[in-house]
Amino acid sequence: MNAAAASTADAPLLQVRNLHVGFRTQNGVVKALNGVDLTLHEGETVAIVGESGSGKSTTAAAIINLLPGSGQITEGEVLFQGRDLAKASPRELEDIRGRLIGYVPQDPMSNLNPVWSIGFQVEETIRANGLATGKKEVRAKAIEVLEQAGLADADQRLRQFPHQFSGGMRQRVLIGIGLAASPRLLIADEPTSALDVTVQRRILDHLATLTEDAGTAVIFITHDLGLAAERAKKLIVMYKGKIVESGPSVEILQNPQHPYTQRLIAAAPSLASRRIAFSGQELGSIEHVAANESDKVDLITAAERRVENLDAKPSESVIVVDHLTKNFKIRQGGFRSTEFTAVDDVSFSIAKGTTMALVGESGSGKSTVAKLLLKLEDATSGTITINGTDVASLKGRALLNLRSRMQPVFQDPYGTLDPLHNIGNTIAEPLKTHGVGTRNERRDRVFELLDQVSLPRVIAGRYPNELSGGQRQRVAIARALALKPEIVILDEAVSALDVLVQAQILRLLADLQGELGLTYLFITHDLAVVRVIADNVCVMQRGRIVEAATTDEVFDNPKQAYTRELLDAIPGAGIQMGV
Amino acid sequence: MAFYILRRLLQAIPVLLGATFLIYFMVFAMPGNPALALFGERTPNPAVLAQVEARYHLDQPFIVQYLYYLGNVFRLDFGTSFSGQPIGETLLRTFPVTARLAALAILFEMIIGLAVGLWSGLRKGGVFDSVTLVISLVLISVPIFVLCFLGQFFLGYKLGWFRSTVSAGAPIQDLILPALILAFSLVAFNIRLTRSSVIETAGNDFVRTAYSKGLRRSRVIPVHILRNSLIPVTTNLGADFGILLVGATVTEGIFNVPGVGNTLYKAIVIGERPTVVSFVTVMVLLYLVVNILIDLLYAVLDPRIRYVK
Repeated sequence: MNAAAASTADAPLLQVRNLHVGFRTQNGVVKALNGVDLTLHEGETVAIVGESGSGKSTTAAAIINLLPGSGQITEGEVLFQGRDLAKASPRELEDIRGRLIGYVPQDPMSNLNPVWSIGFQVEETIRANGLATGKKEVRAKAIEVLEQAGLADADQRLRQFPHQFSGGMRQRVLIGIGLAASPRLLIADEPTSALDVTVQRRILDHLATLTEDAGTAVIFITHDLGLAAERAKKLIVMYKGKIVESGPSVEILQNPQHPYTQRLIAAAPSLASRRIAFSGQELGSIEHVAANESDKVDLITAAERRVENLDAKPSESVIVVDHLTKNFKIRQGGFRSTEFTAVDDVSFSIAKGTTMALVGESGSGKSTVAKLLLKLEDATSGTITINGTDVASLKGRALLNLRSRMQPVFQDPYGTLDPLHNIGNTIAEPLKTHGVGTRNERRDRVFELLDQVSLPRVIAGRYPNELSGGQRQRVAIARALALKPEIVILDEAVSALDVLVQAQILRLLADLQGELGLTYLFITHDLAVVRVIADNVCVMQRGRIVEAATTDEVFDNPKQAYTRELLDAIPGAGIQMGV
Repeated sequence: MAFYILRRLLQAIPVLLGATFLIYFMVFAMPGNPALALFGERTPNPAVLAQVEARYHLDQPFIVQYLYYLGNVFRLDFGTSFSGQPIGETLLRTFPVTARLAALAILFEMIIGLAVGLWSGLRKGGVFDSVTLVISLVLISVPIFVLCFLGQFFLGYKLGWFRSTVSAGAPIQDLILPALILAFSLVAFNIRLTRSSVIETAGNDFVRTAYSKGLRRSRVIPVHILRNSLIPVTTNLGADFGILLVGATVTEGIFNVPGVGNTLYKAIVIGERPTVVSFVTVMVLLYLVVNILIDLLYAVLDPRIRYVK
């Protein structure tokens, strides 16, 4: 292995030349890649950045010839150690995959087969690549692979199934599988996008150590520019199936040449410094602002304007949460059960027209707080007062009235819209439920809402599967605003979106707040987003609020070690920007 | 697990009571005096008739008759038919025949359904897939008695591969033809289900990851595609088994299989109340047991499912 590596040291490990990929659809071939060129040497790490649909994942899949669905390489070559993988036989590819090119997929939830145990799935990799033979040896190797990937108690966990693992642990398993055969090249396609920032940091640090030690070349794919710059010395920016810019990471971040790269940098929340203000301009114009490449979605200048207005706010509390506690019973087989405290003695209040951010890792209890506020769960003890009314006692009509004044927007824009209802009906549904207006009035209100969230009116007749993720989230926001609520609870409302779309939605939320005087409870695991949207921050850990302060205080002078850990985990936080 | 099974069995008791009550009531409501039916063409002596009615409790009100019956069933005494044969013996003679037929039919259905469904699912939209679609539509639309007669005529009479009717004792080789016909009548749905399940599974991320690990196609297809597709398919096969176990009346009638469906049909025609009620009661019980077994099998196939309550 070493001799082979040394002999090819000056020749590139991977050379992609003029790669074109198309997807066959009913309306002919749709081009996903338009002439991608890429060179990678032994032991080198390169990051590919771009928004979804830019072709970064397609590039990765094309290299190992595992394009999804009807995808096909239409032109160009993928030279790996001198062999063209685009023209290789299935047999040759099977020998290269796993053994010479490892792959770590994006979503740890869907990339392990749910019906086989973890051990089975690692062991079959080991057998397929001839790393060990014989039952005992394979098992020992599987334990070794998993321990290397950072699963300490691997020998006890081999028999467990994927659903018994957390997202972070599953990702470690997938990394273990990807690196099992000590491949020369590892393709990591958004390996940590589904994870919390702190877990992301630990896993990426570990991955970096493993690949450095083994001299593995890495193609690291991400939509997060800060993360890319932090993890790779070389950066490739992709846009619409083409590479628009490539070079040393720091150089690109400080001196971006292409307008798209400039927009990406301006929109990255991890790199912005202040809260977005109500921009004051016509809401309808946002879309064309974003569409115009030279006019950046500039969060930083907008944020500075906002800060100046902040002091003038009246401080009347809309939501008061007092000593809130929620226990869940966890069944332990048979008749036994234990109590689990999801929310532990939490108190906070939110002033009218402001945004409070609730931050923490998954499992910290922040979503349970949202459910309690929305009265989707009942509190074990403590009180929630909204506009002076204790919500615990509310029933029937009074509860319905409360819900009309308080609306949620959830994380997954794919799961929260009914695929069988068109957008118009989806937005009108709360109006119908609460018996607001006649048919025609409701239709007019739907159009008004679509205007407010900068969506074209024709969308009312379309169905969710015809919209992009960002458009869907706008629809979810429009639905939440339909009843003219005073309070909007945003549970990870932008976490699933690309940076550019995320910036647009955050801007939209800020503008709507300025215009309609909305109060937001903004729940997120991403502190970078908090900086640009929130006035106050509560940091939650294991059900308790460990730190509560204004956004600037939290960022400039964090009191708790846990908060500092969260802040440090923001990718690219230490990189100086030059826009 | 044991707790779950116990709970399911306890749940079966009210279902069983309700079902027998309804069946008894419906049979009771059938027109005609069953005692009279015993005498056929002859007009019985009123004293003898009254004696017979008293013996079978036919002179009592409905609810008393039902309780008498229920009491006997709990003692595993299913009563005697009009011809004097104990019904319990008839049950023991006919159920094994039907069970053999059902098991054979399910075996054929499974082999054909999985093989054809997997092949069409892996080559979605190909020639094989399209031809299979047309054939399964035909199979779904054709009534089973047509299939029975066609099978009997061509495979039994013209080609002489099988006997056209089942001989006494229902040996396995005689049951192959009716089992094959039953399998064909059910297999169309199974093929469609396997096909759509295979297509859905093959599109999963973990299948792509399996390839990226360096696994060969010959391993990915059975281990990662077929295995996961089995979950809905097996459930469907189990349900089919339940249906077949309670008797394929038409098929058994045409092939003269001495099974449950055939016997029950004859009993209904001559109005033999005790036989009808006993058979249906045992059928309900079997159907419940098969369903519990399917649910348990589901947990074996899918490790995410655990019965705790």
